[in-house]
Order: sequence, then structure tokens, then C-alpha cells
Amino acid sequence: MSQSRRQQLAARFREFLPVESVVDQPTSLAVYECDGLSAYRETPLLVLLPETIEQVQQVMRLCHAERLPVVSRGAGTSLSGGALPHADGVVLSLAKMSRILKVDKLSRLAVVEPGVRNLAISEAVKSLGLYYAPDPSSQIACTIGGNVAENAGGVHCLKYGLTLHNILALKVVGADGEIFEIDQRALHGDGYDLMPLLVGSEGMLGIVVEVTVKLLPIPRCARVVMGVFDSVEKAGESVAAIIAEGIIPAGVEMMDNLAIRAAEDFVHAGYPVDAEAILICELDGTEEEVVAQIELVEGVLKRGGATETRLARDEAERLLFWSGRKAAFPAVGRISPDYYCIDGTIPRKSLATVLAGIRELSAEYGLLVANVFHAGDGNLHPLILYDSANEGELEKTEELGSKILQLCIHCGGTITGEHGVGVEKLGEMCIQFGEAERNQFHSIRECFDPLKLLNPGKAIPTLARCAEFNAMHVHQGKLPHPELERF
Amino acid sequence: MQDIDAVDIEAELATQVAAVAAGGGAVEILGGGSKRFYGEPVEGLAVEVAAHSGVIDYDPAELVITLRAGCRLLDVEALLAQNRQMFGFEPPHFAPQATIGGMVASGLAGPRRGFAGSIRDFVLGAKMLDGRGEVLQFGGRVIKNVAGFDLSRVLAGSLGTLGIILEVSIRVVPMFASEATLAFEHASADGHVRWINELGSQPYPISASAWHDGRSSVRLSASEQGVEQAIADLGGERVELDWGGLREQSHAFFDPDQPLTCLSLPPATGDIVAGRSQVIEWGGARRWLSGEVDIEALRQQASSQGGSVCAFRDHGAEVAVFQPLVPAMLKLQRSIKSSFDPAGIFNAGKIYPGL
Repeated sequence: MSQSRRQQLAARFREFLPVESVVDQPTSLAVYECDGLSAYRETPLLVLLPETIEQVQQVMRLCHAERLPVVSRGAGTSLSGGALPHADGVVLSLAKMSRILKVDKLSRLAVVEPGVRNLAISEAVKSLGLYYAPDPSSQIACTIGGNVAENAGGVHCLKYGLTLHNILALKVVGADGEIFEIDQRALHGDGYDLMPLLVGSEGMLGIVVEVTVKLLPIPRCARVVMGVFDSVEKAGESVAAIIAEGIIPAGVEMMDNLAIRAAEDFVHAGYPVDAEAILICELDGTEEEVVAQIELVEGVLKRGGATETRLARDEAERLLFWSGRKAAFPAVGRISPDYYCIDGTIPRKSLATVLAGIRELSAEYGLLVANVFHAGDGNLHPLILYDSANEGELEKTEELGSKILQLCIHCGGTITGEHGVGVEKLGEMCIQFGEAERNQFHSIRECFDPLKLLNPGKAIPTLARCAEFNAMHVHQGKLPHPELERF
Repeated sequence: MQDIDAVDIEAELATQVAAVAAGGGAVEILGGGSKRFYGEPVEGLAVEVAAHSGVIDYDPAELVITLRAGCRLLDVEALLAQNRQMFGFEPPHFAPQATIGGMVASGLAGPRRGFAGSIRDFVLGAKMLDGRGEVLQFGGRVIKNVAGFDLSRVLAGSLGTLGIILEVSIRVVPMFASEATLAFEHASADGHVRWINELGSQPYPISASAWHDGRSSVRLSASEQGVEQAIADLGGERVELDWGGLREQSHAFFDPDQPLTCLSLPPATGDIVAGRSQVIEWGGARRWLSGEVDIEALRQQASSQGGSVCAFRDHGAEVAVFQPLVPAMLKLQRSIKSSFDPAGIFNAGKIYPGL
């Protein structure tokens, strides 16, 4: 794209946007060239930072008229390249729309602009005894608009649900600049329920400009118990045993030895560095309830072969136990020049099979893999350690990551639990879904965006892309979904 | 699995649909017929799904069950109960032959919905037959899954207008160790609504609420300690309440000879039918009226509060069952319907004209 075309368009956007809301200088554009998946980079034509809904509508109308692709962006923390710019399009940053518009204690909801940070919501309503439940590990930085686009999860979603389960209403600017609303404050919507379609749509169906979130009362008491294991299998089986007791913990996290050592070295959480696995299990509720459940869980862990169980003595120690888990990604970043985070979900019963498979693949590729696991809901985050300075190592890493995701599909799981498809997992989408399903996804997209201007090239692979991927990756004559009948 | 016959008629259903599609006809999808009254009347060849039965996968520790759509809800709930599990949204049956497919397609839920989520919140994946006679599979059998648009959840409440649900994976929840119902006197609907919403901002394990005739009831579901603690804090009178009667609309309030109207409102909304007898559940979000109403006036009032009104039962053919959508939204929804069912063969007009 020529600099003159860029200047021309910038001038047109400046007709209705403040001068500083139109970024057109190469050095400033560089800030937006990637998101949390930094292996993919692209310079956009322009970056636009509207401050009002009307400005978003004007931006969309002009982009529609000029057939300009639009990539919306919150804080840019996506790990799947969801906010990767389009070379011939604009990045629409919602960062300046960061006001909390309304907090309603009686109705337990907050109305916020999309650029509000996830954690800022809970901070703003803490004095009312309320909080916003989904807590992705990037919650200090990530925005609610991005959370909606990705249907973000977190460590507490087994009990409190994903973003979808905690959103009451959305105001959306469509591809043509017109506003539509999905309002479920009345716990009902007429016609089709579009909320699950919009939440998790990776910026391909509309621009979310206002979000009404559900607020929950802060539990009276939360306590954490840690189980120490000499095998990951025993730790995995203990999770199933806790569930079998009828207990839904607020969170159950598992880390393997490499992840434990990295985290301990980084934050000194008191983790046992010789353990093969630890489970961190949080229970919340009333004091009496939590005390009783902690006792039950400790019993389950011991019967499940835990060599040791540790109960966080106070709130400070509870936070310390969590600090290691929450810092697991940067901790792994300290022991390796680069790491690549994978995000697959599996039925929990397949954990041993999948971990054994990962060990084999790790040996085959000569790359170390640390595993952190949202064990309650089966969401596995293998972290592949690599060095991008070594020729070809990133490609090898991506191939290993793809193999791990294919293993997840093979075990009845999915290629993404909470990070989204973005540009990263387009290939694996060709395995997860057959052609008929992918065609249906494209049709749905066209219902909202007939010109396909919203985040083009993400989330849903084209037929050509799948033909190419399958030619390279489908082995032994296996078709995706062999169990499916075709007509 | 035990007590639920495994019978696979997917191929027959596909053949029937393909034949109708080829002949330019239309079909009415039928499960047990227990919720056939819900929505606008539909004409077309009846396609019976009830025979398509069987448990595809159920491992209680995974908290997920995958079922063929024809399974009887009653049988599935019995199977879950054997493992001390249940559906979290307390689905109504309305008749013993109610099926899982009808449960999902109707999207109807019982008293727990106000506190624990709707069917769509629990649907994890589905296999369906579209209007081309093609089998499509969305979502999966795991709790966390963000691959592709979440179309399986859109099937919840779509009343069969997008296609025939063949199989569905649903998240299940453990039964609670303890349950108790407390009753309180609140003379007015407004008093109840304010009270129950104030209660909602405190961490009590409320799993249902109801108000009728000056009396508020709340159900508590949790561990024994959790329930005892809440009882000690809240006071009130400990009572037995037939929550099943509310779910099944068999309570005396639901007079089968009268039209039944359902108001959906943001929970803390004040009384919009002042003085009139009503049943209020879901923390204030769902309010039932029995008898004649001015539905247009009610719709305007509800809509100004962010809610809507459903002419749930027996309002006669001249009243639209569901509150109309704004034109742009109806257009968008029709395009979604067409993307699944281009010739409009499934349950045509069940929700709105063209939907």
C-alpha cells in the first residue's frame, strides 16, 4: 500500500476523528504490528482509535464504502494472532473507549465500554461486595471487548463459566455501521439466541461497543489445598475423584515438574521442585462449607496417592500458592529464550494418554514441553520451549504444537479451549471440522458481513487453505471426522 | 446404557428430509410432542425423532452427557440421578414422553434457570441435519471449546427452525447434598422483587425463588453446612414447596382453561401489572399471568424496561406468540435461518413469519 493512499485515507478519517485518533506514521504503526502471538507480524494501513460509538459507526461506514478490511483490537493480548493487522486494512483499536458507564448494585450488573480492562471491573465494584468472575491470566491487561471476542476463560471457569456465561447484553456496530443489540438482562431473548454466536466470534461478526456484564457476590471464604504427586496420572485421576464427590471446586490447576521448577525458581511459591505434578484446588463458599469440603478434598488427594497435601494457612499463603500458577508462562519464559503456548482441551480421562503422547513428541522433536493444565475443565496448556535464534526452530515448534492439537482432537477434544483460532490454528480447523461445517461458518459470517471486511483471514479457514493443509498433514489416508456420514 | 434403548434412525431421517426438500414440501419436527403448543402453529409432514434414541457417551466424572435427541428426558434424568447428577436448568417435561431434542429446541427451563443458567449455557455440542439433508456437527464434548462459531448453542431455543437436532452434548452438574425452602411474607410484588434482588448480592446458595399471593419462597441448594448457615442467617419459615409443580405448571395458579402469559423483565424491574395476581420466579425475571391480558399494551411496557412478553399458551391465532423483533434484527435472523435451511422446510413460521 502506497504512502500516498495511506495519507489520503488518513485525511478522510480525520474529517470525523480527532487528529491523534488516526495513526499513520510508520513508527507508531509498528506498535500494532502484532499481538501476543509475536511470531506473526503485519503493518496495517492505518490504526484508528475512536472515542465514541458514533465515531465507530462513522469508521465502519467509511470502511464499508471503501471496502477496507477492519481488524478490531483491545489490548492486543491474544495468543492466537486474532488481532494481527491486515496489510490493506485498518486496525480499529477500542482502547480509548475505556469508561465504566454504569454499576447497578441491585441488578448486579455493570455497563462498560469495550476498552475497559477485565480486572478494572472487579476493582471498581469490590466495595459493593461484587466481582466479575472470568479471570483470564492476562486479566490485568486484557479488555472486556477482547474477552467477548475470544470467549475468554480463566482459572475459575469450571464453577463460574466462560465469558459467555457472564455477559447480559451487547451493543454491536455491524459491518455496515448500523447498531444492533443483544439484550438478555431479562434472562430471555426473542428469536434466535445470538449471544453465543457473537461471544467468541473473534471480531468477525461485528464491533462490540458496549458490554453489560453480570456481577457476582464475592464468596465469603476461599481456601486452597495443594496436592503433591509422584506421577501426573495420579494427579489427573484425583481430579476425577474430587468431581465424583459432587464437589465443583472454584478452580483446579495442575502443573508438571518442568512447570513447577520454572515457577518456583521465579516466584518462590514454596512448590516441591522434585514433584512430578502438583494440583492446586480452591474451594469457596461459606466458612463452614469450605472447611468441610477442604477436608473431603484432602482425603481424596491422599487416597489418590498424593505424597503430601498442604493447606494454605491464610490468605497470604493462598495467594502465594496461586502466584506460581499465575506466573507459569513468564516463569517458563525465564528458562528458555522463547516459548510457544498451546491451548487444547481434552476429556479429562484422556489426560494420561495425551501427556504420554506429548512426552513422545517432545523427545521426537528435541524440544522441551512444560505442562500447565486447567485440570477441572480439561484445558491443557503445553508450553514448548524453543529458541527463535536457531534456524528453523520456530517452524519445528509450530509443527510440534500442531501435532499436540491433533492429538487433542484424536482423543475427542478440541484445538482451542480459550485462546481462539486466530491465524494460528487455521490449519487445525480443517481437521476439527469437515467441509460442510466450515461452509456453514462462512455462510453465518456472510449473514453479518456480506463483504467479508471484518477480520478477514482469521478463525475460519477457506477451502483452499484446507486443501493445502490437508495435503501436508492428513496422513495414512485418514479423512477428518471419519465417523461422520456424508451425503 | 441402562434402560435407554440405542436406536439409530439418522439415515431414515436424512432420507425423509432429502425427499421433502426435493419435493418442495415442509416438515414439522416432532419429539414427544409435549411442547408442541409452544410457538406458532406449523404445517407440514410430521418427522418423528423420538425413535432416535440412545446414550452415546456418559462418564459422570467428565460432567458431560452425549445423547441422541429422541431419548426421553425422564429416562435421562433417572440415569443422571443414579450418579447423583442432574441438568442444571431444571427443564420442564409437560408430559412423560418429553424428549431431549424437544428440551433443547424449546429452550425452556425451570426454577433454577434464574440462578444457574439456561439450556444454551449448558449445551456443549450438537449434531444436526440441515435443510439440504446434510449432517453437521458443531461444538464438542468438552467443557471449554472456542473452535468455530458456537452454533450448537444457537440451536437452544430455535424451536426446530434451523434443522433436526440428532445428538447433543450437555454439561451436567452434581446434585446438592442438601436443600431447603424458606418462606417470607411480602405483601407486594415490588416488595418481593426488591428483597430477592438485594439478597442476590450476598453469597447465599439460592437455586430458586417464587412469589405468589404475598408470599416469597427461596430454595437453598448447597452442602449441608452451606444450607444450614444460610438458614441461620436468613430466618424465615422453613416450608415444603412443590417446585416441581411450578416447573410443570401444574400448580393451581396455572389454570389450563385460561390463556397463560409470560413476562420477561430485567429482574429488579418493578411491578408492571400492579395489583394483578401473578407468579414471579427467577429472581424477578420471569412473571406469569393467567387469564385475559392486553398483550399489546403489556409488550410496550415490557419493551420500555428491556423485557418482552410471550403469549405462552392459548391466546388464540390472532395473537403473535413472541414479541416482534425490530425489522433489521428480523432480517438478520431470517438470513441465519436461510443459511441452514435455504428452502424453509423446517417448522416454517414457528417463531415469526419467515423464521
